[in-house]
Amino acid sequence: MFAADFEYYRAGSVAEAGQLLAAHPGAKLLAGGHSLIPLLKLRLAAPAAVIDIGRIAELRGISTDGDGLRIGALTTHAEIAASDTVKEHAAALAEAASQIGDPAVRNRGTIGGNLAHADPASDLPTVLAALGATMTVKGSGGERTIDAADFFTGMMATSLGDNDLLTAIRVPSAAGRGNAYVKFSHPASRYAVIGVAASIGIGTTGGGWMAKIKGEPKETVCTDVAVAIGGLVPKPLRCSAVEAALKDQAPSEPAFAAAAAAVSGDLGDDLLGDVFASGDYRKAVASVYVQRAIEAAAGRVG
Amino acid sequence: MSSRIFGSGIRRREDPRLITGSATYTHDIVLPGMVHAAMLRSSHAHARITRIDTEKARVAPGVVAVYTGADIEGALQPVPCAWLLPDSQLRIAPYPCIAKDVVRYTGDIVAAVVAETPYQAQDALDLIEVHYDPLPTVTDPEKAAGDDAPQLHAKDINGDDIPGNQAFHWTVAGGGDLDAAFAEAEANGVVIKERILQQRLIPNAMEPRGAVAQYTRATGELTLWNTTQNPHIVRFLCSVVTGVPEDKLRVIAPEVGGGFGSKIAVYPADFVTVFCSKTLGRPVKWIETRSENYQATTHGRDHVQDIELAATKDGKITGLRCTVHAGMGAYLSTAAPGIPTILHGLMLSGCYTIPALKEDVYGVYTNGVPVEAYRGAGRPEATFMLERLIDMLANELDLDPADVRRRNFIPKFDDGHEVVTTLNYDSGDYPGALDKLIEHTGYQALREKQKAGPSNGKYLGLGLSSYVEICGLGPSQVAGAIGFQGGLWESAIVRFHPTGKVHVFIGASPHGQGEETTFAQIVASEIGVDAGDVKIFHGDTDSTPMGWGTYGSRTTAVGGAALALAVRKIRDKAKVLAAHLLEASVEDMDYEDGKFFVKGSPDKAKTIQDIALMANVAWNLPEGMEAGLEATTFYDPPNFVFPYGAHLAVVEVDASTGQVELTGYTALDDCGPQINPVIVEGQVHGGIVQGVGQALWEGAAYDESGQLITGSMLDYALPRADLLPELDVISTVTRSPHHPLGVKGIGEAGTIASTSAVYNAVMDALKPLGVKRVDMPFTPERVWRAIQEAKGS
Repeated sequence: MFAADFEYYRAGSVAEAGQLLAAHPGAKLLAGGHSLIPLLKLRLAAPAAVIDIGRIAELRGISTDGDGLRIGALTTHAEIAASDTVKEHAAALAEAASQIGDPAVRNRGTIGGNLAHADPASDLPTVLAALGATMTVKGSGGERTIDAADFFTGMMATSLGDNDLLTAIRVPSAAGRGNAYVKFSHPASRYAVIGVAASIGIGTTGGGWMAKIKGEPKETVCTDVAVAIGGLVPKPLRCSAVEAALKDQAPSEPAFAAAAAAVSGDLGDDLLGDVFASGDYRKAVASVYVQRAIEAAAGRVG
Repeated sequence: MSSRIFGSGIRRREDPRLITGSATYTHDIVLPGMVHAAMLRSSHAHARITRIDTEKARVAPGVVAVYTGADIEGALQPVPCAWLLPDSQLRIAPYPCIAKDVVRYTGDIVAAVVAETPYQAQDALDLIEVHYDPLPTVTDPEKAAGDDAPQLHAKDINGDDIPGNQAFHWTVAGGGDLDAAFAEAEANGVVIKERILQQRLIPNAMEPRGAVAQYTRATGELTLWNTTQNPHIVRFLCSVVTGVPEDKLRVIAPEVGGGFGSKIAVYPADFVTVFCSKTLGRPVKWIETRSENYQATTHGRDHVQDIELAATKDGKITGLRCTVHAGMGAYLSTAAPGIPTILHGLMLSGCYTIPALKEDVYGVYTNGVPVEAYRGAGRPEATFMLERLIDMLANELDLDPADVRRRNFIPKFDDGHEVVTTLNYDSGDYPGALDKLIEHTGYQALREKQKAGPSNGKYLGLGLSSYVEICGLGPSQVAGAIGFQGGLWESAIVRFHPTGKVHVFIGASPHGQGEETTFAQIVASEIGVDAGDVKIFHGDTDSTPMGWGTYGSRTTAVGGAALALAVRKIRDKAKVLAAHLLEASVEDMDYEDGKFFVKGSPDKAKTIQDIALMANVAWNLPEGMEAGLEATTFYDPPNFVFPYGAHLAVVEVDASTGQVELTGYTALDDCGPQINPVIVEGQVHGGIVQGVGQALWEGAAYDESGQLITGSMLDYALPRADLLPELDVISTVTRSPHHPLGVKGIGEAGTIASTSAVYNAVMDALKPLGVKRVDMPFTPERVWRAIQEAKGS
């Protein structure tokens, strides 16, 4: 496990990172190193230069910002998993972060590095897709934001340009809604064979003055349903068929099961598989995990 | 105090240096002028080498030398196989240190680079151009034995053909008329048939393999630091391969980070490292990467087993017939032929009375990594066959699996019981072990819970495994008879210093088993010194007596006996000297807890420390007594030892996904008196977990072209703590009648029992779903598919 030769630079600030990126085309950014260093050691990546952004303090930390969370790109998985703020506003994100790799990986690996690497079996992209997160990116043309849905463009591919630096992730607060992440973990890699994130609100329908006259009771139903799946698809996938099937339905085991079954329509045929679990198998059992995720999310409402 | 040190769970003295990172492993050896070797491994599983171009590598920065197969010709002999299985048509294929014409697995070395730094060596590997003419490959042992399989080797070392890639055909048969037993069972009883695949496993010692060779041209002396379980065997075989005479060859096994059998063999890369040092006159270090460890360090298991069991309708076994195709990989590793035969076939009757049996074992060359001993080595595969077939028999007869075991157990015995394979088991109480396990675990209550049906879609399963194993290898006369090219005794030198402190030098070579602690406990309990006053030396062929190594759960069983007897020699001499100093006759002397005294006068005692001083200064010795207090013992055991036990695994299977969860595990093991119960428990834990790994997660897989597709820990699933339940470990104590301390081995017991216990538990859970057979490991997909198929049929 010997990396090929590369030049090493350490950036002290976001601005300096930008300058180094511009000066070294094809350079790779090093944050926690838990995706890049294995690639270097296996010689699957051999960049001429590596720019270490790991000590840029301004890129680290969790805060509330408007109606949601702002998470600095260098925040570690362990910090996210342990954060009460994250648990309050985006429980699924803390839940997913707590299931990444093992303690050593969680203590070093960062959310920004994880998202920029865009491994299809990664956990965080799926959660952020379900929660409607946006990525804050600093590029040569200044700062811009990218929706999670547009950020991931394919397997190990994102819309980040050569000179872009992912600086922060904004997650709208899901407080009041229930949200959860359920994972079928690969026993060797700990990556997601299947990962499902769900966010559900429970509200009522009916109850207007006509209904009052008629004496009809209000009905409790699922509102604001968002479900995303990862692990078996090249990039995180919003499950629109599942969402549509559950929206405005009364929360019940049969309704959850019926909605979960709709995931086969969402998945299509471009499925990932390996020697451990084929694409066919993953597709066949995906509904089980979707159901568990929406049940868990619905159970956490309020 | 000393009388209680035997059996005390004192902390391992090895641990502080291991857990603080201050231990010295082979990779920590740094020598002046040292250069670094890297091995270019074949990218093809089977191919003819048409050309190798090393020019670019030779001129790369930092490169000192590049060697290919042509360079080592005459300088390095082929790697020897050291278990020449008799009466087996053994055909040993030449096993070159560097492949010259043909590569036969993706770990075959085709060239070696030596450079000033490991990075430069690695860079230069990429610059070597090897032209291959690919040949057809075969990695399945049964297919490799077929008529249309590609032939891996043109000739064996004697110039004979190797038809059907057959390395050997070994048979064990014993007891009564087997054909008649099966005919009777077909007519009036039951016959159970099953095919079992014991998949290839990767041992995964925490420390990868490596070597540092320092050849001194001026003296012709070679020192080899090596990650080995048996430095004296390495010295012996390294001398044969490299031509360095044994008197000028020193092998040091420094701290060794686990082996599980993968550090028994001698390896091509180690000899190439020696060659580089000899040729260059500089110290050379070679340390494999983890990828290389997967690709080229020996694997374990790889059996295709076809088994038939004959029984009466009331569940009494009447016969057992098996055919095994054992994959050997591309070449025969050092001890490989003995693993699926002697250590497997001779244990086929397990803890049961089986009136007649026969097994044919075909060792077959394949395009895979050579297969060697892996924790349990042959015995897990034997235990599995029996324990699985017994559960199937119970299902067939609608009996509880525990009852079928009870109907066939060998009754309790204390001093020898000869079984159908000619082995003479030393002592055991197999029914007692199972009964105690069943009572302890509340087995009947678990069965009642199971009858209530699945809960939340999860099916409960219980799996029993009763085992007896052969270890403490073994009498050297037997070693010779079964073709093992060495002895199997062990040795110990015990040396008392003037202050009563003790140095012990042993021939065995612990690498994680904790004998620096337990052997000090043996000395302390035998002669009353403090265990902290005893230091154990091992692993250096220049300072320790000859020994055959640490494997086959033999270090305490054989080496511990050597040590106990050496200490007893010291005690005998000390008693004579004490009598002389107390002006008494030896017959009137008594000994207790490190004190020698005239019977009835314990207040006027000479302590062992007094005696150590007087023996060393030698001012007043009895006539004819030599100075010093030192003893050496070479102990050749009269028989093997046979630990045994019974394990219960409890699992839950989620029928909707095929996920298996091991929810409970209880192990009852009997390894005789326990010197240190905490270390015993640690060995049992580790053993169980590795066996569970085979059942649930582990499996090396090759693709059609012979590429290893489980080439890293991202794909090869090792057991992890959070996937396991609390392990409940209990024991009984049955002394070995022939061992000076009564002890048996415990290093492999857990692995031998646990794979079949977990397998049986999963199949028990799947029984209501109609599933009959699933290959290991039980990946969720395999289990789920088996459930779907059963639904469809």
